Amino acid sequence: MNKITIDHLFLTYSDGKESLRDINLGIAEHAITVLFGPAGGGKSTLLRVLNRLNDLADVTLVAGKVLLDGENILDPKTDVIRLRRKVGMVFARPVTLPLSIRGNLTYGLELAGVRDKSRLDEAVERSLTQAALWEEVKERLDDPAVALSGGQQQRLCLARSLALEPEVILLDEPTSGLDPISTGKVEASLQELKQHYTIVLVPHSVQQAARTADYAAFFLQGELIEYAPGKDIFIHPKNKRTEDYVEGRFG
Amino acid sequence: MATQSSSASRLATQRIGFSLMTLMTLLTVTPILLVVAYIVWQGAPAISVEFLTGFPREGMKAGGILPAIVGTFYLTLGTAVFAVPLGLGAAIYLSEYAPDNRWTRLIRLAIINLAGIPSVVYGLFGLGLFVLFLRFGTSILAASLTLSIMTLPVIISTAEEALRAVPQSFRVVSISLGATRWQTIRRIVLPQALPGILTGVILGLERAAGETAPILFTGAAFFLPRLPHSPLDATMALPYHLFVISTQVPGMPVEIQYGTALVLLVFVLGMNVIASVIRSRARAKRQW
Repeated sequence: MNKITIDHLFLTYSDGKESLRDINLGIAEHAITVLFGPAGGGKSTLLRVLNRLNDLADVTLVAGKVLLDGENILDPKTDVIRLRRKVGMVFARPVTLPLSIRGNLTYGLELAGVRDKSRLDEAVERSLTQAALWEEVKERLDDPAVALSGGQQQRLCLARSLALEPEVILLDEPTSGLDPISTGKVEASLQELKQHYTIVLVPHSVQQAARTADYAAFFLQGELIEYAPGKDIFIHPKNKRTEDYVEGRFG
Repeated sequence: MATQSSSASRLATQRIGFSLMTLMTLLTVTPILLVVAYIVWQGAPAISVEFLTGFPREGMKAGGILPAIVGTFYLTLGTAVFAVPLGLGAAIYLSEYAPDNRWTRLIRLAIINLAGIPSVVYGLFGLGLFVLFLRFGTSILAASLTLSIMTLPVIISTAEEALRAVPQSFRVVSISLGATRWQTIRRIVLPQALPGILTGVILGLERAAGETAPILFTGAAFFLPRLPHSPLDATMALPYHLFVISTQVPGMPVEIQYGTALVLLVFVLGMNVIASVIRSRARAKRQW
């Protein structure tokens, strides 16, 4: 069952450079879909389109549709605030807001109008547990979030998205700045989370793509070259360019 | 051997260079120290309870300068009331909302040019617009409005700079969590930029407090030995009073002149110290 359907999507940057060309892709519910390929291929741009963060950048939609549960989120009438609560984002660099650990987690909920203290506390504990951070920070929830280590900050960012109880989580190279142990923790969390969420991940290496993917899409210079379920794409790539990239002949 | 001697001579050149630069730095600090020291030395004998809390007597040659102190306080306050909301609003618009187009570039250019206008021209403008056309008369209101316009560019540009210094990533993250632009500004950007904004506000007000020309035609009274009753009252003010007793009154005791200068200096430098404290406290607490 596809949670998101991308239908003949074309995008350009304001400087006229084409960034995505005729993308057609179905993103499965309750699974990890990996978008991988060399830098500049359009993976991050596509990720940002999925919760309309592209609105902030100089990106122009040329044509196409992105359907989330059958509704076109690129429609100008879309309620982007509601969309962003439904589709969360974790960025490459862990950016904690200049608030306490708790403040980071309750920020989105408070904006959504949640005032009930017990509901907020419940969301804090649940999201931190899901991101495998609860045990490490439960005694110091009111400390500033910047006091955490880089790996902890990134898990806090993941927890911050989860606190809003989204349906889809987008991750843009979430482990690029992390050590192998923290990376392992994040990847393990993702395997747990896919039971309940639809996950779209731009990995920071082919190895990570192969480790985590339920479905994988290979992007090259704004085009979707190959899409396959499971690990097939890493073991038996059908396209010559995919094969070259997966085997490390360029990248 | 040749390389050794040339490295020795380069070392000598460097020493001379450093000494010269140290000397120049000291030279720039000297005038301010001399000015402050001289005014304290000349003015301190005049400072007394009567001088700070009394009204001028005997054609300002005796008594106190309370009306001028209170007047400058009111003028500074009035300037803040008009200039801070206006300046902050403009800065938020320019930093957070305005697209980069010909129109906003024109606005920026206008603000920069506003900062370059001589203060006496502001005074004349205030006379024409606030005193005469809007019939506020020579009053605290008219003078405060005139000082506000003069202060706006300082407040706008420092506040805009402080807002821009807040990392863009905070805004993106906030918006990705379902915040509107305004919620992002109010809850994340403004609190982070506040120390920088306050510093700019205080520096702007400090300049306004020390100006003579803009209030000369718009609100300052030559001699008015009572406290102002309303914003539509004229008032004495420290900088103008200093000008008057230094040039317009023959036989003025020197220590009253320097005493007045000392009070003005303490008023202005005091604001400066507050700004520095706010800035250094905020730096220590900053989370990025």
